[in-house]
Amino acid sequence: MNAPLAGYNFAYLDEATKRMLRRTILKAVAVPGHQIPFGAREMPLPYGWGTGGIQVTAAILGPADTLKVIDQGADDTTNAISIRRFFTRVAGVATTERTEEATIIQTRHRIPEAALREDQILVYQVPQPEPLSKLEPRRAETKRLHALADYGLMHVRLYEDIARLGHIAKAYDYPVMVNGRYLMSPSPIPAFDNPKMHRMAALQLFGAGREKRIYAIPPYTEVRSLDFEDHPFRPIRAPQACALCGSRESYLDEVITDDRGGRVFVCSDTDYCGTRVAAQKGVA
Amino acid sequence: MTGALLTAEGLDLHFGAIPALVDVAIGVAEGEVVAIVGESGSGKTTLLRVLSGQMAPDAGTVRWLGQDVHAMGEAARRRLMRTDWGFVHQNPRDGLRLNVSAGGNVGERLMAVGARHYGNIRAQALEWLAKVEVDAARIDDLPRTFSGGMQQRLQIARTLVTRPRLVFMDEPTGGLDVSVQARLLDLIRGLSRELGLSVLIVTHDIAAARLLADRILVMRRGRVVEQGLTDRVLDDPQHPYTQLLVSSVLAA
Amino acid sequence: MSPLLRTEGLAKAFTLHLQGGTRIPVLGGVDLAVHPGECVALWGPSGAGKSTLMRCLYGNYGAGAGRILLRHGGAEIDLATADPRSVIAARRETIGYVSQFLRVIPRVATRDIVAEPMIARGVPKAEAAARASALLHRLNLPERLHGLPPATFSGGEQQRVNLARGFAPGYPVLLLDEPTASLDGANRAIVIAMINEAKQAGAAIVGIFHDAEVREAVADRLFDVLPQQDAA
Repeated sequence: MNAPLAGYNFAYLDEATKRMLRRTILKAVAVPGHQIPFGAREMPLPYGWGTGGIQVTAAILGPADTLKVIDQGADDTTNAISIRRFFTRVAGVATTERTEEATIIQTRHRIPEAALREDQILVYQVPQPEPLSKLEPRRAETKRLHALADYGLMHVRLYEDIARLGHIAKAYDYPVMVNGRYLMSPSPIPAFDNPKMHRMAALQLFGAGREKRIYAIPPYTEVRSLDFEDHPFRPIRAPQACALCGSRESYLDEVITDDRGGRVFVCSDTDYCGTRVAAQKGVA
Repeated sequence: MTGALLTAEGLDLHFGAIPALVDVAIGVAEGEVVAIVGESGSGKTTLLRVLSGQMAPDAGTVRWLGQDVHAMGEAARRRLMRTDWGFVHQNPRDGLRLNVSAGGNVGERLMAVGARHYGNIRAQALEWLAKVEVDAARIDDLPRTFSGGMQQRLQIARTLVTRPRLVFMDEPTGGLDVSVQARLLDLIRGLSRELGLSVLIVTHDIAAARLLADRILVMRRGRVVEQGLTDRVLDDPQHPYTQLLVSSVLAA
Repeated sequence: MSPLLRTEGLAKAFTLHLQGGTRIPVLGGVDLAVHPGECVALWGPSGAGKSTLMRCLYGNYGAGAGRILLRHGGAEIDLATADPRSVIAARRETIGYVSQFLRVIPRVATRDIVAEPMIARGVPKAEAAARASALLHRLNLPERLHGLPPATFSGGEQQRVNLARGFAPGYPVLLLDEPTASLDGANRAIVIAMINEAKQAGAAIVGIFHDAEVREAVADRLFDVLPQQDAA
């Protein structure tokens, strides 16, 4: 554990701000899937890089926590490394790339492959918290639709996909109903990850910095992906095995290897993949 | 009034100094078609908005099956608007989603009340497109590619698909060619009889009112100046304004 | 036997507000009674108010004074004061009206126009259509016209569509305003037969018949309608 940078409050934000954030989070937990506005602060990174997730993490982080940050499943991308380093400096907390060691996991666009536990918290970075935003541009109107649970419009969008393409074409940010009440954007995670949200043991928190909204899914909450009885939700993944660990269960990234169309599929969750590769080597 | 679905009493509404509604009372019974006629600015569209809960009156009550429409809260009112009620706008663009296919437009109300079987929704959409004489092959086309008359018929299908008991119609033939108007009126007439619908229709078209309505209310400057059996009001008008209105219609 | 339709002191005047409130009295003190199986012909000079009386009897015109009592559903209702829904119900079940002119409904086929009042009274659609077709045939309207809207028909053809529509349901009370005005001899004879059949079936009929041959063939008695003096 490093000593935190002098001159900054623990985890960068002042205590009053953290208290405001925690109140917001409590409210969000109390009303699962409901977006709660909050006073987002300027953070030392641009909008779109995870300002919402960072503020949520800062509000819940304690000195004893172990933090993992992933971006598209990977621990070793610029965004993940920057955020991890940021909290090392301003909070002095331990960091890890191992899912099972982490107490807080901040993520952009993925849920780890390994099942999470009750003593873990998953913090999502959210670009657009409003699932109806593309269908109804007026904020006041979408708030009203949520208040009245008037979600026919979202199904119209799915109907249109089936009518035109024969199937629901949404592959990421696939809308879910939380606790049978609120329609929620799961952030741009692949639809493949949606089933992991259902009755997850870990607390899930969602932070949207630019849009200034926080929402949450408490542990063991029902999360259902919208679908039709005769067109049920199906999580999709590339029908390949990972080129590194051979997994046929994990979510895969397609990686272009040369200029002649060569490509391989590898796990997007680098910790999951690395753990499997190490185990295979240990056995070999 | 016995058997009334919708009743309103003592409705008053002023826009500044302008009286939009003055002591208006009205009732609509099950299966009854009631027309509200009058010139532009007579308050008929305002009355429709007040009766359908979209605008609150300064005084007076509107009751649906005995329940005060303006006291029932927005959630209940919206539920009413997508179950027991329907609203057909003068301009189909106000009642349709132009960036959603014809089938999606008809299916929306079904989905809003909980339909979750794509095949059934689509089958009902096709059935209703046939009822309103829109070619089944157009089911996946956007309504913006439709003619005005087709758009209006699509709006009617979208409204009636959930079998409402009362449909509010605001000048449904307003912006249409005469030939298209006749077809639409005939369609509304046929569907309202077939389904036993109650219809409250605002129009300035006396001929349309005669064709469709059992009863008629004549409005002028926010007041109902005369009302009664449609053919009696039109053939034996008592109020000076009704006499003027009826005598001003061009005979074709 | 009690009358099916009667009036007591029926009066009617028109006030023309657009012409300075001119008041034109048309009917006054009309006491008419029509019994089952009886055909009463209204009699009087042109402009005396025969058509106005017919329209009052149908509830199409309001009454200025007096009562218009129709035996409907086991009781008498006063068409002068009944609410619109009762008048509509009476027209559906009890009283029919054949006017001189057919008010054309756009796009609706002739057969459906004739069948409509029967369907409204609960006759199954197929049966109503069959009865409509049979009646149209009897009135010499060929099959090929049954599926067409009557808008383009000749005056005589339209009048026969109107007659079929009025006679098909078998109303207990029937009002006939110049039912044979545009018909040739052969069709007139058919209408006379239809009126007499309705009488035998117990219908009470009030008619305006300018045609002496028809009047003598169907009317049991005449009822005088006299011009009112202008009481300006």
